[in-house]
Amino acid sequence: MAFENYPKEFLLDLYRTMVRIRSFEEHAAECFTKGMLAGNIHLSIGQEGAEAGAFAAIKPQDFFTSTHRGHGHAIARGADPKLAMAELFGKKTGYCKGKGGSMHIADMAKMNHLGANGIVGAGQPISAGSALASKIMGDDSVTVGCFGDGSTNEGSFHESLNMAAAWKLPMVWFIENNCYGVSTEIHRVTNTPDLATRAAAYGVEYAVVDGTDVVAVYEAMEKAMEHARSGKGPYVVEAKVYRYQGHYCGDPAVYRPAEYMEEALKNDAIEKMGKKLVESGVTEEELEKIKAEAQQEMDEAVKFADESPYPDPSEVLDDMYTVDNERCVAR
Amino acid sequence: MSKKITVSKAIGEGLHEEMLRDDKMFIMGEDMAVMGNVFAITRGFLEEFGPLRVIDTPISEEGFVGMAVGAAMRGMHPCVELMYDDFVTECADPLFNQAAKLKYMSGGQCSIPLVLRMPMGSGRRNAGQHSQSLEGMVCHFPGLKVVAPCTAEDAKGLIKAAMRDPDPVIVMEHKLLYARKEEIPEGEYITPIGKAKVRREGKDLTIISWSREVNFSMEAAETLAKEGIDVEVLDLRSLVPLDWDAIRESVSKTHNVIIVSEEVKRGSYAGELSAQIAEELFDELDAPVERVCGLNIVSPFSPVLEDQNFPHPEDIVKAVKRVLNK
Repeated sequence: MAFENYPKEFLLDLYRTMVRIRSFEEHAAECFTKGMLAGNIHLSIGQEGAEAGAFAAIKPQDFFTSTHRGHGHAIARGADPKLAMAELFGKKTGYCKGKGGSMHIADMAKMNHLGANGIVGAGQPISAGSALASKIMGDDSVTVGCFGDGSTNEGSFHESLNMAAAWKLPMVWFIENNCYGVSTEIHRVTNTPDLATRAAAYGVEYAVVDGTDVVAVYEAMEKAMEHARSGKGPYVVEAKVYRYQGHYCGDPAVYRPAEYMEEALKNDAIEKMGKKLVESGVTEEELEKIKAEAQQEMDEAVKFADESPYPDPSEVLDDMYTVDNERCVAR
Repeated sequence: MSKKITVSKAIGEGLHEEMLRDDKMFIMGEDMAVMGNVFAITRGFLEEFGPLRVIDTPISEEGFVGMAVGAAMRGMHPCVELMYDDFVTECADPLFNQAAKLKYMSGGQCSIPLVLRMPMGSGRRNAGQHSQSLEGMVCHFPGLKVVAPCTAEDAKGLIKAAMRDPDPVIVMEHKLLYARKEEIPEGEYITPIGKAKVRREGKDLTIISWSREVNFSMEAAETLAKEGIDVEVLDLRSLVPLDWDAIRESVSKTHNVIIVSEEVKRGSYAGELSAQIAEELFDELDAPVERVCGLNIVSPFSPVLEDQNFPHPEDIVKAVKRVLNK
């Protein structure tokens, strides 16, 4: 469908989601740089178009898995930025009570978010297994596995896609291809120009889409979700995106040619959609207002996270079943 | 009332009762459906429960164990078989990094009620990649429960307990126990996870063991009895969580301990038990704890060589006498 034929509110929602993801990530980066966060964070800046577009096609009853670069998926699904930011801070108020951190945001009860994962390739069988559960139970949910280009070279990708295809599971895989696994450019280690084409080896349908075009991603994912929901089996969508930062926040990405970022900035999803919206009659003020609201929302999220308490040290054993720790922690 | 059936049949009976009771349960693994398992444990299940609940997988251990984790997160109760415990290296990530950890890492949002059955052990002349006893490896990971029954009665009772447990349970089944015919109670019963059982009472020394080596320990105890040495045999049944009360009680009575397992000795779970007993029950001990384990070698093929590699009753007898200085 042509851009201008979509309802204005729908388009503004897509724009708002992209802006909120970027704002969350910029706030997280600032906190990290200031030394307010422990560990590492991996940012979705440059991938907002893909994430906003994909999640617009996912229905409330659907499930999804995410990755180490997963803040954007959570925000796009409707996560509360306060609880997400608090998890990055390792606070008791975070989504996982501070036990998971940036790479492990999950919200199984409210978002059907089966968890971001620190292991590249772990989400593939988990998403396929969730789809298997749907098939056995006979519900109408689809499970979306979100992951990056690097994990398409894990064995788990191939084993899981093969089984999902053989058993026609209601599963969609959404690959955000930012071309880099840490420092390694994907085509140095992979012989096909696209990654979704691997689906063909398993008799699975696929699409390759420009991940900086939020509406194009939405349309590809709509088609994929409909395919999976109607019992035709899995579908793979690859969105070509850019990773503005290095692998982790603070990685200067010296391994990347300058042209990568020049191309990225020419194709910025938020800028491109902003222009289109203005051309279709939305005012600059409306867009600025969305940006200002996101800024304020994320300021509040940081404030909430910063002011939240850390877990009490006595909580270290909570959520483990083991009963033999009383003797282990004698120190 | 009791009846005499094989260990494999007892496991099959336990699985069958749980499949009837729990419609969230399903079985998956290599050759589990059409063939009904290489040891015939699930024979007839496909016809009775259908292809959505009894699933033949491709040879993709990482994939199907990972899928079982995903299904468990959605509230299903998967019972997965790895054809040999040696293949745990093929599914290390979904088992050790996912099933074991997701409850804790999500702040308790989910539990993973996954049961992973692992046929294991030496003596079938299957060489180094199909004969291992990897208790030390699987017991290392917090978040997993590990049971290793010896008798037909416990094999049934523990598989049923495992299916009802909210956390991932690894069930280690010694392949050379499957064909043993033993008495089990009629009807349904549960063997609780985390409870050891004294197989033979004695006052001179405690043999701590599990799985097939319990039988060898019992044989050794009979031999020793004829020489006037009175040995207690404690069958752990559950390795994690450990029945520490049972160990303390027995050691406090006999003051001498050997631990018998088929594992490679270096890095074994037997070593962990030995360390715990030395740390906490030192004052009860009359002699150092001794481990009777396999050698630190690859399991050999040739029967003559393989028999050197796991403890036999005579090895246990020798160890008991060594510890008792007799």
